[in-house]
Amino acid sequence: MADVEAPLTILYFAWLRERVGASEEQLPMPTGIATVADLIAWLTERGPGYASAFANRRTVRCAVNQEFADPATRIGPGDEVAFFPPVTGG
Amino acid sequence: MARISVQQADFNVGAEFAALTAGRTDIGGIGCFVGTVRSNPGERVAAMTLEHYPAMTERAIARIVEEAERRWSLLGCTVIHRIGRLTAGENIVLVLAASSHRQAALDATAFLIDWLKTKAPFWKREELADGATTWVEAHEADDAAAARW
Repeated sequence: MADVEAPLTILYFAWLRERVGASEEQLPMPTGIATVADLIAWLTERGPGYASAFANRRTVRCAVNQEFADPATRIGPGDEVAFFPPVTGG
Repeated sequence: MARISVQQADFNVGAEFAALTAGRTDIGGIGCFVGTVRSNPGERVAAMTLEHYPAMTERAIARIVEEAERRWSLLGCTVIHRIGRLTAGENIVLVLAASSHRQAALDATAFLIDWLKTKAPFWKREELADGATTWVEAHEADDAAAARW
């Protein structure tokens, strides 16, 4: 059983980190958030940096607990959600 | 057993080759790919900085290697990816894949680098000679290369 009090950890990489202005933050799990898409919608209301980071959703990828995920992926307290652009390694 | 490393330091291709093949007589071929920092004519890329997702990177690479091992009969495999600031001409990534026969070794090597480019959490920021920096954008051609496998 997940600890309902556990915070949500959110990580940002590359230009999402620059636009948000932070590489990591921990938040109490916002109420009414069930999926990554819900979280993105909630984050975009937090300020212009967030709105800019998520302005073009097609260029945002995500991972939940270090596994690639998609907007429909369910999230809960204690999870680590990462947002980043399409990868460009190799 | 694959060797996977994410590191700032450069790698020595010869030493990695020797480590992969030491004491082995069953290997018939080894595929090798080395990716380096390229400065296109006119772009004057002086350096690039590779950022990654430390908690996820090695696991993501391990998944890619496992997929290669499912698809080809590999006798050994090495993936080394560098991070941090790298100047033009420096090594970025090394892939070695050993098998009994050349086709598996060559195909697995190409597969590994194609999937590394699209399924491992690295991001490149280029630094031009005038000091301007820009995040490298993902290329559809890379997605297509990964999808052909």
